[in-house]
Amino acid sequence: MIGAVVRRRAGRWALNGAAALALAYILLPLIFVVWLAFFRQEIPSFPPEGYSLKWFAAILDQRKFVDGFSLSFQVGVIATLAGLALGVPAALCLDRFNFRFRGPFSNLLLMPLVVPGVVLGTAMYVFHVEVENGLDVDVIGTFYALVCGHIVIIIPWVVRLVTASLAGLDRTTEEAAQNLGANRWITFWRVTLPAIRPGMVAGALFGFVASFGNLEMSLFLVGPGRTTLPIVILQYLEWKIDPTIAAVSVIQILLIGTVMLITDRYVKLARVV
Amino acid sequence: MARLDIRNLAKRYGDFYAVRDVSLQIADGEFLVLLGPSGCGKTTTLRMVAGFIEPSAGHVALGGSDVTRLPPWKRNAGMVFQSYALFPHMTVAQNVAFGLEMRKLPKVDIDKRVEEALALVRLGGYGARLPRQLSGGQQQRVALARALAIRPDVLLLDEPLSNLDAKLRQEVRVEIRELQRQLGLTTVMVTHDQEEALTMADRLVVMNEGSVCQVGSQRDLYERPATRFVAGFVGRSTFLAGTVEAPGRFQTDGGLNLACSGGAPGRAVLSLRPERVEIAATPLSGLDNRLSGAVEFVSYLGSLTDIHVRLSPADRLVVQVANREGGLAPDVGQTVHVGWPASAGQVFNE
Repeated sequence: MIGAVVRRRAGRWALNGAAALALAYILLPLIFVVWLAFFRQEIPSFPPEGYSLKWFAAILDQRKFVDGFSLSFQVGVIATLAGLALGVPAALCLDRFNFRFRGPFSNLLLMPLVVPGVVLGTAMYVFHVEVENGLDVDVIGTFYALVCGHIVIIIPWVVRLVTASLAGLDRTTEEAAQNLGANRWITFWRVTLPAIRPGMVAGALFGFVASFGNLEMSLFLVGPGRTTLPIVILQYLEWKIDPTIAAVSVIQILLIGTVMLITDRYVKLARVV
Repeated sequence: MARLDIRNLAKRYGDFYAVRDVSLQIADGEFLVLLGPSGCGKTTTLRMVAGFIEPSAGHVALGGSDVTRLPPWKRNAGMVFQSYALFPHMTVAQNVAFGLEMRKLPKVDIDKRVEEALALVRLGGYGARLPRQLSGGQQQRVALARALAIRPDVLLLDEPLSNLDAKLRQEVRVEIRELQRQLGLTTVMVTHDQEEALTMADRLVVMNEGSVCQVGSQRDLYERPATRFVAGFVGRSTFLAGTVEAPGRFQTDGGLNLACSGGAPGRAVLSLRPERVEIAATPLSGLDNRLSGAVEFVSYLGSLTDIHVRLSPADRLVVQVANREGGLAPDVGQTVHVGWPASAGQVFNE
């Protein structure tokens, strides 16, 4: 009797301990980065000699960080919107219709999550070269080529999360709407769309984050004077290791964290993902 | 409200007929129930009336005008779904208002009619709630209010009570029936529950394997079932297999010679209602058929008791007796006497 209680309690402790360990493993680097961003000295060393906000000011002094941030943001937003426009109909088709190659097609849409970014980037680069040679138009290193690349990594997130929310949709509610006088279009807007909205929001959010932080694929797609924030960070780190990068990371963490918190207010992310 | 005409309606999937040549006329204000086991085509028929399934052949006319080729949103049919199909992201009032918005009614009229519809199903004051905050029975009433608010030409009920618990189901049966009478609603309900069908319908349609077996009142179906299937599906029957030797003479496979009414010579089954058979501890008199046998099984059902009596190695009969003070309460193995008039049995030729 007592043995069972002790065993159960020990089990709970072990479980909580494992969870705490995993959480620490994820959070510790973040905590250090945030701490580092406020160090006064240029070469990071412990213990800090003092604290300062000068690295945050330093970001704004360097155009490449501001430009990189702005480019990453623009690409992320445009690619996310395009990813929604393509991914939502794709998820609807996969859910509604039974067609030949439905399984392979569904896997294909999730592929970009599995294929390494370097492979994806190389493939796209080669493709862009071919298109440029074949059609005689500028493709390599253009803004739209970059956006197109990012759409590819956003689509799987949208498809996956919208498909998940479609599974929770009671199809008879659509029939009920039609029975009450709504045609297919109105039924979609008034009944189907509200049901998959959480999936769309979550898919867009994760897609945006994936796009914003993407380094490997983007390396192949950027052009001269047009670099995304992760690439700017990488290039900076090749020459310097001062806490500017930590400050940039803190801003990124804050931005993404804020977006997630706001989203969570409208759509409970834990329920979708 | 309007009359509903279904003419030669059929639905075929490849070689399989889900519905085969169904014709029904439902009068203005009539409550018709489609009854049958699952897969008999009753729901397919209802969905063809609603417009969700396109018929392979035949016509559906509402109030005299042919709606066969109209999409669901152009037919004025109000449907209550088995799962209720309430819009989960809309409040109760928004759910009920949906059909009225589609009809582009002015806001004031919508509010008024939503209120009326909710009052009708005794849910006044629940307008601001979300469907998930309501009990199953309340959700069912919202679904009904939503279907009624559009003032449909015909009300279609697809197993509307099957998700309610037994006690509530009995109350809601009466409630829907009263509402239907009060509003004079032309109604078609689909159910596999014969008790539900018997208590609610003006007229019943028994379906099996895509076809209509019989149309009639409760009494018609019970007293004069047209086929063996109806005899077995509506109420209970014992079927004794055998042969009609000559009109009025039936011999069971177990060798019993019985008096029956009608039947053409040849293979047949004799169907007997369990409560039409007399049973006693002592020999019976004055009945066309008098037999005895051993009690094999007894099941006590509260107001009734079922007694299974072995008449011959091949023939077992179920007899139902009302449980009264001093009534027969035989034990298993005891010999009892049973009997019935020739008119109590019905013969179905095979």
